[in-house]
Amino acid sequence: MKTNSVERKYVMPGDVVIEGDHNPLANVIKSGNKIISTKIGMAEISYNGVRVMPLSGTYIPRMDDVVIGKVADMNGFAWEVDINSWFFGILTGSAVFGRQFSSSRDSMKSAFNKGECLIAKILSFDRTRDPLISVSGPGLGKIKEGEITYITSSKIPRVIGKKGAMIKLIEENTGCRMTIGQNGAILLKGTDEARTKARNAIELIGNQAHISDLNDKVISLISK
Amino acid sequence: MSKNNIERISGRAPDELRNVSIKAGVIKNADGSALIEFGKNKIMAAVFGPKEVHPKHMMVSDRAIIKCRYHMMPFSTDTRKRPNISRREIEISKVIREALQPAIIMEDYPRTAIEIYIEILQSDGGSRCAAINAASTALADAGINMRDLVAACAAGKVNGQVVLDVDDTEDKTGEADMPIALLPNTGLITLFQLDGNLSKEEFDKALELGKTGCDKLYKLQRDALSEKYFNDKNGNKEE
Repeated sequence: MKTNSVERKYVMPGDVVIEGDHNPLANVIKSGNKIISTKIGMAEISYNGVRVMPLSGTYIPRMDDVVIGKVADMNGFAWEVDINSWFFGILTGSAVFGRQFSSSRDSMKSAFNKGECLIAKILSFDRTRDPLISVSGPGLGKIKEGEITYITSSKIPRVIGKKGAMIKLIEENTGCRMTIGQNGAILLKGTDEARTKARNAIELIGNQAHISDLNDKVISLISK
Repeated sequence: MSKNNIERISGRAPDELRNVSIKAGVIKNADGSALIEFGKNKIMAAVFGPKEVHPKHMMVSDRAIIKCRYHMMPFSTDTRKRPNISRREIEISKVIREALQPAIIMEDYPRTAIEIYIEILQSDGGSRCAAINAASTALADAGINMRDLVAACAAGKVNGQVVLDVDDTEDKTGEADMPIALLPNTGLITLFQLDGNLSKEEFDKALELGKTGCDKLYKLQRDALSEKYFNDKNGNKEE
């Protein structure tokens, strides 16, 4: 087997991706001198090591990820935001109102209400505590208009494409503005027609993320 | 196998499985799902999670917990089965959970629960094995980190003959029924039950036969998953 260039193949849980001294990067385990996949996906064997790009699975929060979520619950101190993961993102009052935040003085409802959607960034997450999120930063905050569509979070890199090529392609050909959350939620802004086209393109990527000539397929779908 | 074996009621050869078909991703609202038709068995498995643990005191801080429910529909048997969870179903839920547990990398999902729901739509003997096959396909479909898939198949002894995949009538008239579940790539056995009596030789033979059955089911699971994810039916390894 070749080891120098990037090599791709389809794997399932339990499959031996490669034998020998390789560095396990993501979604693989090392057992003896075998690298074994733990998910369904595309295995990539490169210089740095072996990783499996999963084709299914829930979103695992990572620091500095931009996510799109919906306020599921709120209390006097924080909002709980559904970010499509197994825990709610916690948005604290002080992250919105600043350090002088006081639950008696500031009205939580003036910032975010239940059911409202927002773009946020993951501040911290370490699997022992719920993810903390923040809305302070360029492009972050409440979503006032648009439509949210969902895709498996592991396919987000395909939606973005190499250096944003796929986003650019969809945006230029449909006239729809897209904001991508790493959790698999995508915000679409534009006319009805533009949004429909973009939604179909995203759906296509979701169904055929493992195919290599994705760009051509998306172009032919949009230009129809 | 030679022709002078005693005929089975279903007309199958001693080492022949019933017709099996598996389909992955049949339920939209579940994170992962699978439907298996194993002879007359029709079993649906759905997996949710990882998700928050309820009730909270069941949470384990360094790994996931697995909840498994095996349930038979009232119309799944000859006479109506009462829809309540029976003693038998509680036991089978436990053995299925313990059969799947070694395959799941629970340490990757601390403080969460992985829920497996198995509904028997139609039953015909060997439903626990069929359920394990469906559940393991559903777990892989849900994208949960697993060391391996889990394949299961029963062997047994009917009319003095060691046979593969004991069905309902054979189970009732036969001498022994031995469900086996294993991790196909490593060969580790995760479920092993034996109901009836077998001599040492018969036991060895039945175990060998059961393992070949598991290998066949493993291939069918792979086919089901690759049909959904890679749009082709050829999910078996090139080797």
